[in-house]
Amino acid sequence: MKMSSKASILAAIKGLNMKEKPLPEIPDFVVPHDLLATYTHSLNTNKGTVVSKEELEQLITETAFPKIYSSSPTFDRFTNCQLPQHPADFADLDLAIIEGQFASAENAAIWVDESNLDLRAIPFITAHLVIVIRKENIVGNMHEAYERIGLTKSGFGVFIAGPSKTADIEQSLVIGAHGAMSLRVVIL
Amino acid sequence: MSHPENATVFLKDKARAKWHDDTLWIVRQKRDVTIHQIPEWENLRELASQIKDHTLSKLDFYLEELEKNATANGIKVHWAENAEDHNQIIGKILEEKNCKTIVKSKSILTEECHLNPFLEERGIDVVDTDLGERIIQFLKQPPSHIVMPAIHLKKSDISEIFHEKLHTEKGNLDPVYLTHAARLHLREKFLQAKVAITGVNFAIAETGEFVVCTNEGNADMGVHLADTHIACMGIEKLIPRRKDLGVFLRLLARSATGQSITNYNSHFRSPSPGKELHLILVNNGRTKQLSREKFRNSLKCIRCGACMNTCPIYRRSGGFSYGSTVPGPIGSILSPGLDLKKYSTLPFASTLCGSCTDVCPVKINIHEQLYEWRQEITKAQGASLKGLSMKLANGIFTSPLAYKISGKLMRASLKTLPDSVIYNPLNVWGKGRNLPDLPAESFKDWYKKNRNRA
Repeated sequence: MKMSSKASILAAIKGLNMKEKPLPEIPDFVVPHDLLATYTHSLNTNKGTVVSKEELEQLITETAFPKIYSSSPTFDRFTNCQLPQHPADFADLDLAIIEGQFASAENAAIWVDESNLDLRAIPFITAHLVIVIRKENIVGNMHEAYERIGLTKSGFGVFIAGPSKTADIEQSLVIGAHGAMSLRVVIL
Repeated sequence: MSHPENATVFLKDKARAKWHDDTLWIVRQKRDVTIHQIPEWENLRELASQIKDHTLSKLDFYLEELEKNATANGIKVHWAENAEDHNQIIGKILEEKNCKTIVKSKSILTEECHLNPFLEERGIDVVDTDLGERIIQFLKQPPSHIVMPAIHLKKSDISEIFHEKLHTEKGNLDPVYLTHAARLHLREKFLQAKVAITGVNFAIAETGEFVVCTNEGNADMGVHLADTHIACMGIEKLIPRRKDLGVFLRLLARSATGQSITNYNSHFRSPSPGKELHLILVNNGRTKQLSREKFRNSLKCIRCGACMNTCPIYRRSGGFSYGSTVPGPIGSILSPGLDLKKYSTLPFASTLCGSCTDVCPVKINIHEQLYEWRQEITKAQGASLKGLSMKLANGIFTSPLAYKISGKLMRASLKTLPDSVIYNPLNVWGKGRNLPDLPAESFKDWYKKNRNRA
């Protein structure tokens, strides 16, 4: 009988009798002193912007987005629609506001997991995205970020570092390929 | 066709070849700018290299760990010995779902397995959703670069094909306009698809999760709207611990495009309630490469493409000239392992300058392996025409008299020989090279005249 793929793959590796090589520990590296300034700079480089709570409130009032969904308690008074059963029904979502758990200053990446997402599709399908983080939750780099995540269990988690973008047409940067066309970060 | 033959085709359009060369060099320069902002860059490369070396040295253990933990998370794990098995597994899932349209984000593995033609033969509409991949899919072309699949195309080419397929304005070359048209077109596909296929950048044994990185967000748009997510990975994509991601995510995008990180780095651990998540572990020759000690560490590759952007040959010959799924320096050490005969010219498509090795984020000694493959290929091919001329030269250089006479002969004959003899197809050296102007006298004669006066 033909050996199963699993059995043949594992047998082929075991048959090599490879000597185990050491797994290194990851040391601490020096991180920037001013985390907030570094974070803001990194986010700007990724074409995202930091806005204040007041600026966001003003923007929402002035822009009159037809469909807004906020899972951030700070802004939940702006929610003007129901959470749908199927994410496709959020295809016309104009603005989503979610909470982020912490952020890495070196690259502006914000960690968001299922506990922050009423539907996994929300930060991608919305036309514009706002993520709310707290100043004390900005860490220096990705090593510190993973230390914060630890082994917490969530079915889905994502580091978001900017709006959806592409440079596939002659290397010209275009914002808003498939997902959110803008990312604003509110730092409380 | 061999690499030199294909490269000749690429180089026919001189202006475009120059543009290709310059464009990729800009990407290389962007990489340099970002890595210099990270003082620990070299430590990170060393760590990444060691983590991968360690994982490969006990790959069987980690694969079983991954399967165990992923299964406990509710992921359905499949094993595929080869491309055929991989395609059959996907075909079967789609058949069960009675699914006729799928959306797929970038996956070099599915290219390697020729999944698209396999599914299309079965009447399934495959929609590649990465913008670059959708463009080349319209043109029925393979990717020419693993990170920037449409890097060989100009916006005029893209405008033309979009006009035909998406009815955009004729002659509108604006990248914003064209990208927006693709956004509307693909959004429709995302909203309808029931099954989404993605590749895998990293799989983590200890947590049984896997990570997919994109800038466009196309992988996430696909999988979160579909009911079934199928992720395909080569067995070398494993890393042991979640914290190892800190090292690899710092290296990947910086090496690839000079960004500090990709904008979406999604960690998939369990399916959403009521949905399905499949993970296919594919061998397709990887255990064979693992068994070749000299070439083993080519499996450390994280597919950043930095070696392509820096390679003087890749930049001047284009991705298609390699004729392999993975082009460039890394492709030239991976592909001969799959088919030595078919890819026998690839290890020679290099100046052995070592720039690929210098930029590799996981420290693969690419140029040394290119040299090693040359030995293997020469052994396998026996004495070639080039071998014969080398032997001839060897005779000349070992006898001073023969050298003196042949030099005189050469100077006399090269002046009178027509170009057709020097630049004939048998003389591979003459391709793409010009002979320097010949001196009237040999160095020896010149020395006699000028230095014996004193």
